Amino acid sequence: MSRPLTREQQIELYYFMQLNRQLEERMVRLFRQNKIVGGLYSSLGQEAVSVGSAYALEPRDWLAPMIRNIGALLVKGFKPRDIFTQHMAKFTSPTLGKDGTSHFGDLKVRHTVSPISMLGDLIPVMTGVAMAGRYLGQNIVTLTWIGDGGSSTGAFHEGLNFAAVQRAPFVLILENNQWAYSTPVSRQVPLKNLADRGRAYGITSKTVDGNDVLAVYNATKDAVDDCRAGKGPVLIEVKTMRMKGHAQHDPAEYVPKEMFEHWKARDPVTLYEKYLTENKVWDAKKKSEIDARIERELDVEQKFAEESPSPPPELAERGVYCDGCHSIEADWKRPKEEVMPPKSSIAAAWTLEHFGGLEGEIPGAKEVAAAGNEGKRAASLEKQPPKPAAKTAAAKAEPKTDVDEAAVLRVPFGRGPKDKAFVREARDNPRNNPRDKRRRR
Amino acid sequence: MATITMLEAIRQALFEEMDRDPTVVALGEDIGVYGGAFKVTEGLLAKFGRERVIDAPISETAIVGAACGMSYLGLRPVVEMQFIDFIACCFNQVTNFLAKSHYRWGAPVPMVLRGPSGGGVHGGPFHSANPEMYFVHTPGLKVVYPSTAYDAKGLLKSAIRDNNPVLFFEHKFLYRRIKEEIPAGDYSVPLGKAAVRREGDDLTIISYAAMAHTSLEAAEQLSKEGIDAEVIDLRTLLPLDRDTILASVKKTNKLLIVHEDTRTGGIAGEIAAIVCEGAFEDLDGPIVRVTALDTPVPYAPPLEDRFLPNTEKVVAAARELAKY
Repeated sequence: MSRPLTREQQIELYYFMQLNRQLEERMVRLFRQNKIVGGLYSSLGQEAVSVGSAYALEPRDWLAPMIRNIGALLVKGFKPRDIFTQHMAKFTSPTLGKDGTSHFGDLKVRHTVSPISMLGDLIPVMTGVAMAGRYLGQNIVTLTWIGDGGSSTGAFHEGLNFAAVQRAPFVLILENNQWAYSTPVSRQVPLKNLADRGRAYGITSKTVDGNDVLAVYNATKDAVDDCRAGKGPVLIEVKTMRMKGHAQHDPAEYVPKEMFEHWKARDPVTLYEKYLTENKVWDAKKKSEIDARIERELDVEQKFAEESPSPPPELAERGVYCDGCHSIEADWKRPKEEVMPPKSSIAAAWTLEHFGGLEGEIPGAKEVAAAGNEGKRAASLEKQPPKPAAKTAAAKAEPKTDVDEAAVLRVPFGRGPKDKAFVREARDNPRNNPRDKRRRR
Repeated sequence: MATITMLEAIRQALFEEMDRDPTVVALGEDIGVYGGAFKVTEGLLAKFGRERVIDAPISETAIVGAACGMSYLGLRPVVEMQFIDFIACCFNQVTNFLAKSHYRWGAPVPMVLRGPSGGGVHGGPFHSANPEMYFVHTPGLKVVYPSTAYDAKGLLKSAIRDNNPVLFFEHKFLYRRIKEEIPAGDYSVPLGKAAVRREGDDLTIISYAAMAHTSLEAAEQLSKEGIDAEVIDLRTLLPLDRDTILASVKKTNKLLIVHEDTRTGGIAGEIAAIVCEGAFEDLDGPIVRVTALDTPVPYAPPLEDRFLPNTEKVVAAARELAKY
């Protein structure tokens, strides 16, 4: 279990949630004054998700925000001015006005990858960041979010599968806010808990209350710790509610009023304020101090953004290619020799944990048998194609115990159920006999 | 000097770059134990190990996305598409994530996406494609398509060392059909520079990849008829070497463009526009195209033969153009 947060940390969580909310409320006003250039997407009601999960990361860890993860960017060290200027398309914004909203990042200091609007693509990308971090010996964890809607994209599934097969130190927060634009989650996914998406890939998956910032923090902290210990990836479904339309233009009339009321009573900021008060973490004076500080900070940041210039038109032509403007260097935290020959050299062959098939060889098959399915199992076993008799010559040649559980045996071409000799070999092999204890080593 | 195939030249470039730079890693389907569908990566796993040679699931979006993420940490991944046709499966990652990354937020993506492309081997509609123009139309990418073993090795090295996402097309018809003497040791060929393969005064033939060889054959035939053709091999399609194109047209005053890609939206149209903008006054005849048909690549040999440009088609078109 994760270590409890200090009093200061608990109060800091409130600071970030309230900063997130007040920042966005100001942006709504700016939007109405036509000072926001494009669309404005609200994370009202989802602040605990962004703040609680990002707070579980260390500075060396990487995240990639989605459109409603402004709070995570604040936790990661970006300033409110970055958010204001991005939305107002200013030359002072992190992207110099080339992109808007939360579409920005920082490779060097805040380890943040910019999202794109196409959903799911961050999942393979952050898997790659995690793999590279492991390769370089950095011991980092990567984290991104996906909505209930985005969990139906191909990139989500391809990415999660790859993360799982690579055991990448990667945490995916599945932010189930009940609505993908105007379509309720029940019409997108025939599952009660979207965490089941992760179980399909054999990874640790859980569901937590997304409006409870401490629950989100604790679940994420556990996941991050697990990932750092090599037990990743992890998927966490957080159940929450999008309290506004898809964007400012959308009044969300398709959402039943009662549903808004139900979730309004569970407002994450109000709930957390109550928690802090009831547990005597703070008093009314502390709260008003923090609220006043937030107002002061946002005044300065907003003023900076409003007074910032638009980008010069000729900037449009610049920066398509990196022509030496960036130096690219990997931050090695392990000896490079480990990945260079002769140390890196191995026998190019698979090591297989099992040969496939049903009982005892596929994880989980044993549980089915134990549940009293013995008769059925025996009957169905007979219909199974025979298993290969032994490891292939190539597998035997493998000198190292370089475990590759995810590998799949290639049945030699032309060998299969119709090959009598092959079937015979398979039947005579003790490993294929369910009663022979030797088959499990 | 050793005589090697284009495929071996590509393999050499991979080995040498991975030996030179531990940030270079390889990802792809069946590239490790199996050595790749065409055996381009054979031996790579044995030498560099599983951390650097990653056998990935059949999941182009995951592979390319992960490679992009790796590049953000300073690695230089080289991704193999088993056949370049499958790049369609990760089109979004390539065009929206990779290509726009540096422009949008200043994050360079130093990676290479390479794979066997092109027809003439009866691979049918899904194993013969020349999808280069989807990507030539995408600012932020570089697109390379070599025609010789020497260039393939030198350009792949440049691509791996480049700070941008480079798509590297390897014409599978040429993989084992052309052999060439290659100097020992390290050398590179710069991206964005075309090569004049044959000098001539009567007309210019611009081409690339397998069709560069077809164009050279046609030029030899034409020379017997007294037509002296200059042949330019583009080598890189994005960025395009405008200077070499315009200089040649200003010299010969006639332009024939040959490509194996389909006709509509092929690079011939872009080159024609560049020449009209930059050398219109120098033209003595129409700009002529010899290209594949505007159809999918058909499977049966007689159909594919009809689909593809060949020496006879190029000679016939050049003969007509020379009359102006």
